[in-house]
Amino acid sequence: MSAATSAAEVSSQQNRIVTFWQSTNGKKVVMAVTGAMMFLFVIGHLLGNLQVFEGPEKINAYGHFLHSIGEVLWIVRGTLILAIVLHITATVQLGMRSWKARPIGYSRKEAINSSYASRTMYWSGPIVLAFIIFHLLQFTAGYIHPEASFVEGDVYHNLVSGFQVWWVSAWYIFAIILLGFHLRHGIWSMFQSVGLAHPRHTKTLKGAALLIATLIVLGYISIPISILLGLVK
Amino acid sequence: MKLTLKIWRQKNCKDKGAFATYVVDNVDPEMSMLECLDVLNESLIERGELPVAFEHDCREGICGSCGFMINGVAHGPERATTVCQLTMRHFKDGDELVLEPWRALAFPLIKDLVVDRSAFDHIIEAGGYISVSTGNAQDGNTLLIGKETADQAMDAAACIGCGACVAACPNASAALFTGAKIAHLGTLPQGKPERDRRALSMVAQMNAEAFGNCTNIGECTGACPKEIPLEVIARMNRDYLLASCKKREDVPTTITPGFELSAKR
Ligand code: HEM
Ligand code: SF4
Ligand code: FES
Repeated sequence: MSAATSAAEVSSQQNRIVTFWQSTNGKKVVMAVTGAMMFLFVIGHLLGNLQVFEGPEKINAYGHFLHSIGEVLWIVRGTLILAIVLHITATVQLGMRSWKARPIGYSRKEAINSSYASRTMYWSGPIVLAFIIFHLLQFTAGYIHPEASFVEGDVYHNLVSGFQVWWVSAWYIFAIILLGFHLRHGIWSMFQSVGLAHPRHTKTLKGAALLIATLIVLGYISIPISILLGLVK
Repeated sequence: MKLTLKIWRQKNCKDKGAFATYVVDNVDPEMSMLECLDVLNESLIERGELPVAFEHDCREGICGSCGFMINGVAHGPERATTVCQLTMRHFKDGDELVLEPWRALAFPLIKDLVVDRSAFDHIIEAGGYISVSTGNAQDGNTLLIGKETADQAMDAAACIGCGACVAACPNASAALFTGAKIAHLGTLPQGKPERDRRALSMVAQMNAEAFGNCTNIGECTGACPKEIPLEVIARMNRDYLLASCKKREDVPTTITPGFELSAKR
């Protein structure tokens, strides 16, 4: 193979990637894949957090373990940041497109065949983003810890002290419920977006999405609720 | 039956347009929605006013010409029913019906309830042909096709191109229509040879037109008079994804749409 043809092949491959990203369908595939990555993180993070119920030693050791694996932790963090950036870039571009596609709205419009969660993805997403930023500043960086104290490395103490503030817990619970809404539609939608849907499986898939989203919400909010009730102190 | 019809009146695409209210008091419950408009139009003509423009042809739910919003629902309150098949007995005496045209940048308004759906024609055109040999008809059952496959293709082929899916979609996306067309040809053996090219070209054209982006909400299927299932969209995405991964010599070209998204909102 001559050098010229291989260069042409590289550029045709680049072209294909560019065309793919420029199509709405391609962007949706990116949203689905990045959404799935974040979804896996959400599950992993929940399993880690639930160790708070096993006492301070367990969860603090878990925190130390995460910090001890240094490079790996940063690879995971980097991947997640890239996923969030791509997810949001696609969201914004696709959202703008849809917004422009109906310059004159209806005087009256009824929703007859869609879930509340699916119609509010453009609300639940950005609010979850705001929450993620607040959450990282509070528990990862310890940069803000309203009405509470932050001790570097003492995960258990930071959690209990942070969530004893009722409005911090309330905001956390609210944001997690919205994440649940986002996932209730998202988990099913990502299968559609990558083309893995079949009329025979739709019902099961939608049911599973609702169940998993509910379990995730219950799992996460059990932590601030237990702390507020004094079950974990 | 007496009905109050609040209808969108607009002379042409330049005109601003506004709702006008008409009371029709001799509505027979067995009339269709379009026949009800016929009755109204007769009286408007007698009074020397301009009749309400709406599109129609077969009046039996198979051509896809008719369609408008009734009280915020595309094709009105009955599921799986076009406005030409919608009988007035589904409404109550004294009801007010708000009739509004499909609203989407890709469907520019022509007059009153009539919109220009050429964007759909462009997508069909982009789909191209399927290779069937001409000459004598093949013997029946030469090509065996499984029942499930045949059903899926048939369900997708039921799309009449009315545009209700775009009208009902909060994003004004044409994914259900395009998905139906890609699925109905791509599932059958006759459509397999051009399957990749068809997916790439039809998707490219759909994206070139001023439609929004599908978020899998599902309002389209709810409004669709032919109940095209949402899974045809997944089918489109799958065919497009697989075709995009393969190497090809020709790049799909698109027809320049009448209305482009870059136009200021
Ligand atoms: C933990 C964080 C998140 C997870 C797990 C997640 C997951 C998902 C998934 C799985 C989808 C479905 C994708 C598809 O249909 O192909 C989705 C869609 C969406 N996400 Fe997220 N997401 C997260 C954060 C965000 C953020 C921060 C935003 C906004 C800034 C956002 C905005 C959206 C929007 C608007 C959609 C719907 C768009 C569409 O379906 O085209 N998401 N998300
Ligand atoms: S998919 Fe249904 S609503 Fe859309 S154009 Fe075809 S028949 Fe009409
Ligand atoms: S007039 Fe043909 S489908 Fe309604």
